Amino acid sequence: MRRRLLLPIPLFVLVSGCAGIQSVSDDAGRESGLIWSLFVLFGIVTAIFYVAVIAFLIAAYWRRGGSNQDGLPDEGGVTRERSLRTAFFLWTGAVIGSLSLLALASYFTDRGLASVNPENKPMVGIDLVANQWWWDVRYHYDDPSQNIRTANEIHLPAGVPAMISLKSNDVIHSFWVPNLAGKQDLIPGRINDIVLMPRRIGHYRAQCAEYCGLQHAHMALDVIVESPADFQRWEAAQRQPAPAPATPLAQAGYAYVTSRECSTCHNIAGTNANGTVAPDLTHVAGRRTIAAGTLPMNRAGLYAWIADPQGAKPGNNMPTVGLNADELHAVAAYLETLK
Amino acid sequence: MSSPCRASLILLAFILLAGCDREKRGMTHEPKPETMAFVPSGDPRASDYENNAFQMSQGQRLFMWMNCVGCHAHGGGGMGPPLMDDKWRYGGRMEDIVYTILNGRPNGMPPFKGRLTEQQAWQLASYVRSLSAQPRQDVLYSRSDEMSITEPATLKERNAIMNEPPAPGHGPGK
Repeated sequence: MRRRLLLPIPLFVLVSGCAGIQSVSDDAGRESGLIWSLFVLFGIVTAIFYVAVIAFLIAAYWRRGGSNQDGLPDEGGVTRERSLRTAFFLWTGAVIGSLSLLALASYFTDRGLASVNPENKPMVGIDLVANQWWWDVRYHYDDPSQNIRTANEIHLPAGVPAMISLKSNDVIHSFWVPNLAGKQDLIPGRINDIVLMPRRIGHYRAQCAEYCGLQHAHMALDVIVESPADFQRWEAAQRQPAPAPATPLAQAGYAYVTSRECSTCHNIAGTNANGTVAPDLTHVAGRRTIAAGTLPMNRAGLYAWIADPQGAKPGNNMPTVGLNADELHAVAAYLETLK
Repeated sequence: MSSPCRASLILLAFILLAGCDREKRGMTHEPKPETMAFVPSGDPRASDYENNAFQMSQGQRLFMWMNCVGCHAHGGGGMGPPLMDDKWRYGGRMEDIVYTILNGRPNGMPPFKGRLTEQQAWQLASYVRSLSAQPRQDVLYSRSDEMSITEPATLKERNAIMNEPPAPGHGPGK
């Protein structure tokens, strides 16, 4: 009895996965809403048939007890056969009917997913380039001077479709924001695309959904859906160059970052740091996480990451530079000012 | 020996094989190699980096990222000398190449000290030596990252290292 009571616990654990910032049972995006409705329909139809089959099996088991042992046809054979025949036709009809229903529902969901931008609204253009193990994000505009480059975080205006071009620099990755849409792979040497149509303001979490190496699990992407006015404010802030360091400590950090190892790989707009192979740091302190969701963006996270990147995320391409304590304080203080 | 017995022995051998690590990645790199003072000859780090496929492939990435390709192409040379032949103006050992990368050389090779970590310089040196197939065969990559028409490093002849400066008229660009 105790054991039977414990049975639903794994179910609760599974259901608890269906909530929050990374969940498929959400209709925050037009596509995820369509997919989730189809999933619910499939769940209901298959559950009805599952229950029917199990009920039939149990009935057959009970009935077996009354069967005759002599091999002669039993008394009620003819009427039973007739009712069985009726049941058989009903069952076949139900199977054909529900399969047609599911096929139709799949067709209309698929058409819905295929007409990505039915109202032909202007779209936000984003290039998303996957690397082991972080996301390079570039927003494109008609005027190239307005382009934005950031990393590991995308902002989207609610109610405006966003066309995301997906590329990869090394291996196959997969872009998946379960709250907004299905998966799409990022394949080296070719360009895929996906259109997101976010409908509800919120903070969601995307995750690389194709095993891509040692730190595949530490390859998350923050997706922030905000009102169009907030989004425009964010765009304007991102276009600003990095603020000049104010305190002596931050100035020392600025001097180190722009003249030493950091600047070889990282870019900070408005300074001499103009590397292209690592995440853009121009507004790094304004982001939520460090190293694609590995550490939270705060002073402790910065220290942990700069002092020992291989301890926080073994195998990633940021080398241990071996800063001394003064340099570490200075660099962290400077990066904290890059809002 | 009966065939089920043989089959299970072969299966066991395969299972045991899975326990064999090809190498250690050493990506957390304990303090030893990186904080050591540089030893110009017979540095103990040389074999750690040269006999390690992971370090070599990291070197291959850095070779592209740091735009070594701009002057040396993919080993064939251009503005800079070729790296896939047997001529080494400043020495062809790991230590010599690391020294060249970190401190630069006359006529254009810039110093990368303070721009790359020593670990990255060692990784690059490991890759540079793989261009003329110097490292061990089982460490070499069978395919380059870039588009290439040259044969894979694993099939190349290993050239003996010659440290004499090239004869006149035999330099790059001729």
